[in-house]
Order: sequence, then structure tokens, then C-alpha cells
Amino acid sequence: MAGTYGILAEFDTPAATMAAAEKVRDAGYTRWDVHTPFPVHGMDEAMGMGNSQVGWFTFAGGLTGYTVGMLMIYYMNKYDYDIVVGGKPLFSGFYAFPVSYELTILLGAFGSLFGMFILNRLPRHHHPLLKNRRFAKVTHDKFYVVIECDDPKYKEAAARKLLEGASAAHIELVED
Amino acid sequence: MSEAAGQSFSTETPKELERQPLVLRKRSLAWISDKVCGIVEGPAPRWWKISITISFLVMLMCFTMVGYLITTGVGVWGLNHPVAWGWAIVNFVWWIGIGHAGTLISAILFLLRQKWRTSINRAAEAMTIFAVICAGLFPAIHVGRIWFAWWLFPIPNAHGIWPQFKSPLLWDVFAVSTYFTVSLLFWYMGLIPDLATIRDRLRLQAGKLKKPAEKFFNGLKQRLYGLFAMGWTGSNRHWRNYEKAYLLLAGLSTPLVLSVHSIVSFDFAVSQLPGWHTTIFPPYFVAGAIFSGFGMVLTLIIPLRSILKLEEIITVRHIELMCKVTLATGSIVGYAYGMEFFIAWYGGNPYELYAFKNRAFGPYAWAYWIMVSCNVIFPQLFWFKGIRTNMVAVFILSIVVNIGMWFERFVIVVTSLHRDFLPSSWGYYSPTWVDILTYIGTMGLFMTLFLLFVRYLPLIAISEVKGVTPQADPHHELGGAPAKKGGKG
Repeated sequence: MAGTYGILAEFDTPAATMAAAEKVRDAGYTRWDVHTPFPVHGMDEAMGMGNSQVGWFTFAGGLTGYTVGMLMIYYMNKYDYDIVVGGKPLFSGFYAFPVSYELTILLGAFGSLFGMFILNRLPRHHHPLLKNRRFAKVTHDKFYVVIECDDPKYKEAAARKLLEGASAAHIELVED
Repeated sequence: MSEAAGQSFSTETPKELERQPLVLRKRSLAWISDKVCGIVEGPAPRWWKISITISFLVMLMCFTMVGYLITTGVGVWGLNHPVAWGWAIVNFVWWIGIGHAGTLISAILFLLRQKWRTSINRAAEAMTIFAVICAGLFPAIHVGRIWFAWWLFPIPNAHGIWPQFKSPLLWDVFAVSTYFTVSLLFWYMGLIPDLATIRDRLRLQAGKLKKPAEKFFNGLKQRLYGLFAMGWTGSNRHWRNYEKAYLLLAGLSTPLVLSVHSIVSFDFAVSQLPGWHTTIFPPYFVAGAIFSGFGMVLTLIIPLRSILKLEEIITVRHIELMCKVTLATGSIVGYAYGMEFFIAWYGGNPYELYAFKNRAFGPYAWAYWIMVSCNVIFPQLFWFKGIRTNMVAVFILSIVVNIGMWFERFVIVVTSLHRDFLPSSWGYYSPTWVDILTYIGTMGLFMTLFLLFVRYLPLIAISEVKGVTPQADPHHELGGAPAKKGGKG
């Protein structure tokens, strides 16, 4: 199937898209996706997907932030340039806390955003779907189910029949 | 369905309990993106050209004043002993407080599942970012020798010395810079799907264009919006991670926003000065910040929704809800004013009691009573539905709140300082024309940034607003579900 990325089916409502997604999921496809203008509630279950892993990136970022904050302040105010201010201890977790807390949030936030990008393999500016004219309505008011040719179960006729059976408004092949 | 004998239950909501929908007139998904993107795609309207010209000139005045300050010295401001913190710090706290409403709307209301936030969160977050930019200017220029301002950051230097982290002023540096960065990340992430909407619309419009210049600009815009849209395709596998990251960012921004104004209040509360050295400061500052921020959101949103004809997306219900938050936080602030006085008396510290008596009846009593009337008395009008639904009244009251909160910071900073411990050091602080013009100038800076945002970015979170309409619900008949309400699609 050289030159073809996959088969695209257009839907008008989220309910129809979700019903189609359930059918594609039950047919056992693995390399397929649903494209919607906004996150559709319940679509993750309809596609048979588990929990997102972004939280690990956030956790790693936050942990790094807190550790770096505490170690930095210890190094700067107790080790490298120790100076007594107002008779207070050279290092204390209390005065080091506000800055470490802010760094926890800062790096946690970077972890969340970049974790999202990494898991989504973004940025990707040259996607076959972005070249498809009809697909440009995906950010407007249309819904799409796309099955890729790379899917081990993919056979054009069967996929077309499945999507037609899910009452798609329009079906076409997407060039690679 | 089994019903108790002789009783019939209606599952329909009674009319008086029905909520007004978030987007009026059952507008379609396409209508929402057409409406919001239309502002970006259409020609620049006259009001926009006029207001950006004025704002730009006012912004230039701000930069001129800052330039004059740097080249001449802090003597151009009204600062002197004993009042060494004047308008610069007042303005800093005022601007940073305004930012807090944006984060409250984008993060806290998101965690509380307040769906009405979707129509206003984008503009409110933009307000946060621009307000923090204005705020950040003041601490930087008030240090006096501004070319040493980088010493505030832990950057290795030739002296081999490091910042001193026991000082709340340094905590503030980290709090404010983190606040700015995280707000920007959160705002940008929310923008990604909407930037993709604009990118795709430009692509669809490209075919209709004939003139080479139009084609060139269309291509340029496609590239720019497309670059920042990161190749978004609305994939549900992406939305899954996106929504989780959004939730996590909201979860991180919530403790952040509460910590930022707490740390700003530590600048005062950690000192030994009567009037500043109180434990009520962190919660009192946070409530005041949200109060003033909602004042500013209302000031910005009310004209915007009528000029840009967005009344169906930012409805009267949205304005009413914001008025209620303003009323609640304003009342918390009023309680804090009362409690400060009570503790000043009950605490038995004569210096503390003097500081507070002096606030209310001393030389700055005029500022104190402006503060009390603007922040505590006038917002009580929001108890009345007639006031909350009257846009002119809400607009005027929102400006009253802005004024009142500026005076609150003025009262805290100046009245606490102007009576030093030695009566021979007592003084009376007045701003100079440079102080005043710099402050007005930052409003120009803020408005310039905000007007650019309104013109070039979707000022309403398109994908989020679509998500709260019934058409987006796969279990609603408008979303394509077969049965009337509830049938599993």
C-alpha cells in the first residue's frame, strides 16, 4: 500500500464518532485514532486506552525542583559563602522552603508540558493528515476516525466496510 | 422504573431551577470557531486602532519615565526617610494581585469543575501574564542601581558571593518569576488547539485568495500559527495526555497562586514594623488579590463582550458569577480589616495599636477611608441581582474595586512607614510627577499587550467552549445521541 497513509471516515456528531470508535476497537485494530475538535468525554474508554503517563514527568520535574532548591541554598548559604545573618542558622529547611517550593512547581510545570509533548511525539509539522484538505475541519466542527495502513490487521476493503457500517458521512483514503 | 404508590416523580428540572446555558441560543460548534476566529481574521476595527495608538503612546511614556529614573537616580521619586517604599511597591503589589484572578479562573475553578470558566479563562490568563509583566518592572527599577538587579538571581559572579536566601525579598524573586513562567506555560498549552484552528482555517481560506500579497500573508500566518500549534491534529491519543497535563498544571498553579501573594505578604510580615508584622497577612493578601483581580477581569470583559458582540459566549450569567466572587472576596477583605483592628487592640501592643489608630485617624485617614468605602462598602451592592445584571453598574463598581485595592496597598506600605520609631524621624510621603506618570504608563504597557492579544490570538478558548456545549456531549441528543437524555451512545 505504498503512497497511502490510511483510511479516513468523517462524522458529524460526537455520538456517531464514539459508536464508530467502539466498533473499530472491537474489530481489534491497534494503529488507529479518533480526531476531534475538543476532547470528547468517554472517548478514551471507547478507544480502549488506559491512564495517561504525563504524571510521571510532572513528578520527576517537581522532585528535581525541590532537591535542586534545597541543595542550591545549602551550597550557597552554608558551604560556599557562609555568612551569619541576624544570628540565624546558616542553613535551615524552613527558610529554604519557599524557594524550593517555587522550584518544585516550576519544574513540575515544565515536566507536565514537555511530558505532554514527548508522549504525543509533538511537535510534528509534517503529518499526512495535515496535508489532507478535508481533514482541516477537524479543529472546526467535524469528527474523524482514521485507521492507518501500518496496522497489522489493515485491509482496505474490510476497513471501509467497517466504517461504512458505522454510518460515516464520508470516507476517503489519505495520501502519505 | 418503580415508583412509590400514589406518587409520581418528574425527572424534568422545574423551570425556576433551570440553569441558563453557557452558550446561548444553542449555537453550533462551527458558529463558535467562526465567531472567535473572526476577530483575528477580520480587518482591524477602528476602535482597536485608536485604542492601541493611545496605549502605545502611554507605554512610551512609561519607558521614558523609567529611562529618566535610571539616568538620574531614585531621587526623582518621592521616596525619602522614613518612607523608603512608595508607589513602586504599591504598584508592584497591585499589579501582581490583579494577576491572581486569572490563575484562580484558569486553575482553581477548573479543579472545582466550574464550567463557566471556559468563556473567560483565556482572556483572564492573558491579563495575568501582562499584569505580572507590569508588576515585575517595579521591583527591578526600585532597587536604585538597576544595573545590579541581576544580583537577585543566583548567578555566579566575580565577587564569589551568593544571594542571601533568608530574605523574603529573595523568595519573592523566585515566587514572581515562577508565577510568570508557569502562567505562560499554562496559557500557551491552552492555546495549542486553538492555534491549530486558526492554522486550519487559514489553509481553507488560501484557495480563495487571488492577489499575491494576500497569498503571501496567508502563507506567513499559516506558518506562524502552525509553528506554535506544534502540528496539533486533535488526535484523541493526544487529547488524553493533553487533558492530563492540563489537570496537572491546574493542580500546580493552585498552590502556586496561593503561595505567590503569601510570599509577597512576607515582604511585609517578616519585618518588625507595627502594621506589617502580622500573621493575618498571607490569607488577607491572597483574598485581596483575587478580589482586585476579579475587579480587573470585569473591567476588561464588560467592554470587550459588547464591542466584539460576544454576549452569547460571555453571558450575563458569567458576569453575575464573577460579581459573586468579587462580593465574597471583598467581604473577606472587610473581615480582615476588622480583625486587624481587633488584634491590634486585643494583642496589647501599644505600638501596634498606635499604628492602626493612626491609619484610620492620622494624616493618611483619607486614604484609609477611600480604601474601606471602595473595598468593603460599595461591593456590598453586588448582593442585589439588579446591580449584578446591570453592565454599567458592574463596570463602574469594578473600577471602584481597582481603585480601592490600590489604596489598600498604599495604606499598608505608606502609613506603616511614615511614623518611624523616633518622632524626630516622622514624615509625610507624597509622590512626584515621575511616580504618577510611571504608574499610568504601566497601564499603557498593559493595554498595549492586551490589545495585541485580543487582535492576534483567540481571546476565548474555542475548544474548551465547544466542549461545554450540549452538542459536544455524546450522550445528549444535540450531540447525536438517539434517545432524549441519558441513553448510552
